[in-house]
Amino acid sequence: MYGYIARRLLSTIPVMGVVAIVVFSLLRLTTGDPAAIIAGDSATSQDVADIRTKLGLDRPIVQQFAIWIASVLRGDLGESFFFKKKVTALIAERIEPTLALATCTIILAVSLAVPLGVLAAWRRGTWIDRTVMGFSVLGFSVPVFVIGYALIYVFAIYLSWLPVQGYQRLRDGFAGFIERLILPSITLAVILMALIARITRASVLEVLNADHVRTARAKGLNELAVLGRHALRNAAVPIVTVIGIAVALLIGGVVVTESVYAIPGLGRLTVDAVLARDYPTVQAVILLFSAVYVVINLLVDLTYTLLDPRIRY
Amino acid sequence: MTDHAQPIAAPLPVVVVTPRMGVGRLVRSRSVLSGGAIFVMIVAIGLLAPVLGTVDPARIDPVARNKTPGTQRLVRNDDGTQRTVTYWMGTDSLGRDVYSRVLYGARVSLVVGISVATVSAAIGLLIGLLAGYLRWLDNIAMRVMDGLMSIPAILLAIGLVSISKAGLRSVILAIVIPEVPRVVRLVRSAVLSIREEPYVEAAVALGARTPALLARHVLPNTLAPLVVQATFVCASAIIVEAILSFLGVGIPPETPTWGNIMAEGRALFRIFPHNIFFPGIFLAVTVLAVNMLGDGMRDMLDPRTRKQL
Repeated sequence: MYGYIARRLLSTIPVMGVVAIVVFSLLRLTTGDPAAIIAGDSATSQDVADIRTKLGLDRPIVQQFAIWIASVLRGDLGESFFFKKKVTALIAERIEPTLALATCTIILAVSLAVPLGVLAAWRRGTWIDRTVMGFSVLGFSVPVFVIGYALIYVFAIYLSWLPVQGYQRLRDGFAGFIERLILPSITLAVILMALIARITRASVLEVLNADHVRTARAKGLNELAVLGRHALRNAAVPIVTVIGIAVALLIGGVVVTESVYAIPGLGRLTVDAVLARDYPTVQAVILLFSAVYVVINLLVDLTYTLLDPRIRY
Repeated sequence: MTDHAQPIAAPLPVVVVTPRMGVGRLVRSRSVLSGGAIFVMIVAIGLLAPVLGTVDPARIDPVARNKTPGTQRLVRNDDGTQRTVTYWMGTDSLGRDVYSRVLYGARVSLVVGISVATVSAAIGLLIGLLAGYLRWLDNIAMRVMDGLMSIPAILLAIGLVSISKAGLRSVILAIVIPEVPRVVRLVRSAVLSIREEPYVEAAVALGARTPALLARHVLPNTLAPLVVQATFVCASAIIVEAILSFLGVGIPPETPTWGNIMAEGRALFRIFPHNIFFPGIFLAVTVLAVNMLGDGMRDMLDPRTRKQL
């Protein structure tokens, strides 16, 4: 067990290494001088030369990579040339809205999609099943921003129940905070629900035919106990796995949703940084999001043993 | 030599391309049929855009800005006569006809979707075949793929377009790179199970060399799942292209793409939602059609999911 955890932890090193190489190459792949790009249009040749020395661009590429990696590991993600401050400070400012949105979305998606998936499996082949699966295909197909604008139109403009856009910090009042998160969370939850409901249904269906479920029914347990205690628990591993995959969808969706709802989070920061050609920020955000993805999938792998005692490493 | 292996190869493949997945079966699946029909319709709309009553999608008309759908306007021709123009889907804030832009926008989405699917399937197939068959390459290739897959696809695509000149080719490339690892994984796992099959062993025993073995005995059996995967890649590429354009980092804004039309409509969305809704509906319907096509084909390939659905 500890051996497995150690091996699994070690396996994230090559993965993050590849991520680092890709992110590092992003700037080096540009045609032209990265220092000139970073310095911007109004820079003097002295500025460009300074940046070149600072980033070590006059050294061999391997050495440059080593310098960059060393500073990243020290927690120094460089300086944003557009926002004129440390990238780490910039990220710290923008992280709250993104965390709030992601948390609300996951809670919403899991709490709705798992019961719907179980229901669809339980009532397989009926109109309930077909409706849930139909919505699942639809959820995969309607892009996040289309859902976002449709929801804004109906609930914020036509019915005026909720604010159209914007974000309010938690410390400025809970009501305003949650009110502004409802529509973005629903928007972002749709695709996750589609994915989670589909996998829940498939894995519960597989378990429903198992002997122990027949036994549970035969001994007179009510359906709720059969589904919750006997079926869902044994179907938990694929469902948790898919939640790990869903994080990737979530991160991609955050970028779009924050743009639609004008939420000043990390997703919006990514887009602003790309539009401003602010490469240190782009690199840092991509690196951060990828690290989050890798860590969450690591945690998912490690929870398998808790969920299913039969899995031993 | 390898010809002797052929009769052994026929009865034992893991994933059979025929007859389980013949054209007849495909047409009988409701999901494939309706998805395919809608997809063909969108392709027809894209191809026939010039003759479907459209005007130049890039023509700016300051007099006809922000017209709501269905607005009619009298336009004076050059010879002095007048004719009525109907803006079926309204106009945007530069007075461009949204109907024309949406119809021409289908072309970009389809070109991006189909090229990304083809290119990433081809690259993924090559790497997957080699990684699945050559043990020394497997470890290196798969670690690289794991790394690439750890970068969320949209972020990687955004990062890649940001370093290149905005344009159709760079957008296609930026979407291909995040999609390749998904194809590689699929092909590799298919190869890993196929290489243990007796007919592959037989071919090896008969002296088939690796390239011939891969091309004649392994490759054909990976094609069916590859086609299904390529369909899903196509759907996701269409969405990612629209997202890139919508965020303003994709294809240049004057080109009519569904994402660009929506990006243009963002500012005045509260008053004129048609700029968002018409391209949005087309986008959703197209992706839905491609996904239905893929779902239908996958269910046919995998008897287990077919039974469940």
